[in-house]
Amino acid sequence: MKTALILGAASDVAKAFSKLLAADGWNLVLASRQPTDIDALAADLQIRCKGTAETVAFDAMDFASHAAFYDQLTVKPDMVCCAFGYLGDQHQGEKESEERRRILETNYNGAVNILEIVAADFEARRTGTIIGISSVAGERGRQSNYLYGSAKAGFTAYLSGLRNRLYPANVHVLTVLPGFMRTRMTDGMSLPPVVTASPEQAAAAIMKAFKKSKNSVYVLWMWRWIMCMVRNIPECVFKRLNT
Amino acid sequence: MREKISDWGNYPVVQADVQHLRSPDQLSAMISQTPEMIARGLGRCYGDSALSSTIINTRTYGHFISFDEQRGIVRCQAGVSLEDILTVFVPRGWFLPVTPGTKFVTVGGAIASDVHGKSSGSFCDYVVSMCVMKANGEIVECSAAEESEFFETTRGGMGLTGIILEAAIQLIPVETAYIKEETVRCKDLDELMALFDNMGKWTYSVAWIDCVARGSKMGRSVMMRGEHAVQSDLCDTRHQRHPLEIKQMPKLNVPMMFPGFALNNWSVQAFNFAYYHHTPSGIHEHIVDYDTFFYPLDFVNNWNRIYGRRGFTQYQFLLPMSTSYEGLPVLLEKISACGLGSFLAVLKKFGKHNTFISFPYEGYFLALDFPVTKRCFAVLDELDKLVLKYGGRLYMAKDVRMKPEMFFKGYENAKIFCQRIQTWDPEGTFRSLQSKRLGMHDERNFK
Repeated sequence: MKTALILGAASDVAKAFSKLLAADGWNLVLASRQPTDIDALAADLQIRCKGTAETVAFDAMDFASHAAFYDQLTVKPDMVCCAFGYLGDQHQGEKESEERRRILETNYNGAVNILEIVAADFEARRTGTIIGISSVAGERGRQSNYLYGSAKAGFTAYLSGLRNRLYPANVHVLTVLPGFMRTRMTDGMSLPPVVTASPEQAAAAIMKAFKKSKNSVYVLWMWRWIMCMVRNIPECVFKRLNT
Repeated sequence: MREKISDWGNYPVVQADVQHLRSPDQLSAMISQTPEMIARGLGRCYGDSALSSTIINTRTYGHFISFDEQRGIVRCQAGVSLEDILTVFVPRGWFLPVTPGTKFVTVGGAIASDVHGKSSGSFCDYVVSMCVMKANGEIVECSAAEESEFFETTRGGMGLTGIILEAAIQLIPVETAYIKEETVRCKDLDELMALFDNMGKWTYSVAWIDCVARGSKMGRSVMMRGEHAVQSDLCDTRHQRHPLEIKQMPKLNVPMMFPGFALNNWSVQAFNFAYYHHTPSGIHEHIVDYDTFFYPLDFVNNWNRIYGRRGFTQYQFLLPMSTSYEGLPVLLEKISACGLGSFLAVLKKFGKHNTFISFPYEGYFLALDFPVTKRCFAVLDELDKLVLKYGGRLYMAKDVRMKPEMFFKGYENAKIFCQRIQTWDPEGTFRSLQSKRLGMHDERNFK
């Protein structure tokens, strides 16, 4: 039976994806900053699946702990899904360096640091799948969330480079590009229903893309076309837009 | 966040602040800050019972907590759906003892409405215990033995006693995921009622009834009855090898609202004629999977859109055994004469049942779907008078228009119910558009 390591298992998308993996017969290692937060999830998954579901502590911002974290895993995973992220507050981030640092380091440095350790292991074993949940916010910087967006842009570029490097080692790297999603991250935000996905839709899209060994996937198909347009708006026009 | 929202009948559509339930702590904070709210799961009630100015979406609170393999008791959070339960436990040989006509219902919603289905019990008969947050933020663990008054009032209490957080449900063992089904064509109401009265061993039964047929054809119908199939019933070898697994069927979808004119007396008559004559006369037996038997409409996503933008409502009433034989023909005659037209009309006999406030008790119930029009509401007011005359009541989970009088006369414990919810929730934090319409918080109605 295969094992999946879910980094940021408390996120709504990770929860929904974990349920699909559990139903598919995977053993799950659920990593979260506060493992007690996901005890209920682990108990739920244990009931849903024939395999096991255990929780471990993981802090994306604590780079120094990452190598030891990966080493102490008793069973090395066959899949790693990097689902943590921090949207943060753009305005606060413009003023305070602490918020700025947290947005950039969680979404980019933290993700890259742990995935490099995973990549080295997968490359040596010549097997495995790395799933990175990035964002369409990384495809063009907008005044409303460019700190988050720029970190996700870096993460998207990182994942494509990693895919390039690990291809000869038979390691699959999947970039997930969600648009709006109805999750805890967006609680209280007003989102257009037609282009907003539920965590369950996102999980189903990720599962399908994983099984088909896709390189990247937009959670809702519309977003491929929306972002194609957004990317192609000339800068001289775009900078005048209030986005 | 404020959003436009409506339940399955697409009527009424309201603006509401929708909050997602994530933890008891977060909920108690919301309760203390919100003047009025109601819990909502998958929104499959037809009318306004899950609508309020603030809606607590419980779907985000959907973990399984434990499962007792020996006794078949599953404990889960309120946002777990019946589909979740079936998907996880049917392959292990357990089934829900009572299920409504859709599996897209949460456990919390099924308890609050005390849903019923093709068997002769109701959902709450199999709720072993539950955890409910009251208006003061206290979490009450209740069962038939512990906090029994609160327990019985919450069963079928339409979410007005508090917000259900967790429940333990008794499942029943099954050998296969299949149902041995028999269809019986009946030429009139007498034949159908005689069939219901002599059901013998059948666990599940329901009848589709042609509600536009009049005169000697009144009550012509097709009864479907069923029993969980045992392994030796399965003849297909693939099914025998995997008796507890069924193949997922592709789903159809209604992509958009139908135009209003699509549904009229002619189309309803044509549909009913075709359905009746499509069924062979006499008795026919077949083996079907549980989805096909219990949830035929679930194969069509968004089927509620065929009623168009104006929406629809279900008129579901229950007559006690003593008046059913006299009352049903009178009501059916009135319904077919009014020409409102209902695609779906279902008749069912319900078994002996002890209940404080929930809908089902021993008798016959009939359910009809009607597109929402001004005329429809006027006709239903007329039907209300007849239902009251025969000592019946209406199903609150499907209601969007009954008047306070109908509720207080139909439900014999209505006044005590309102007094109790007032004691537990003096500020009236848990309110739905329905509870306000029915005057459940207005002391003049129940003191």
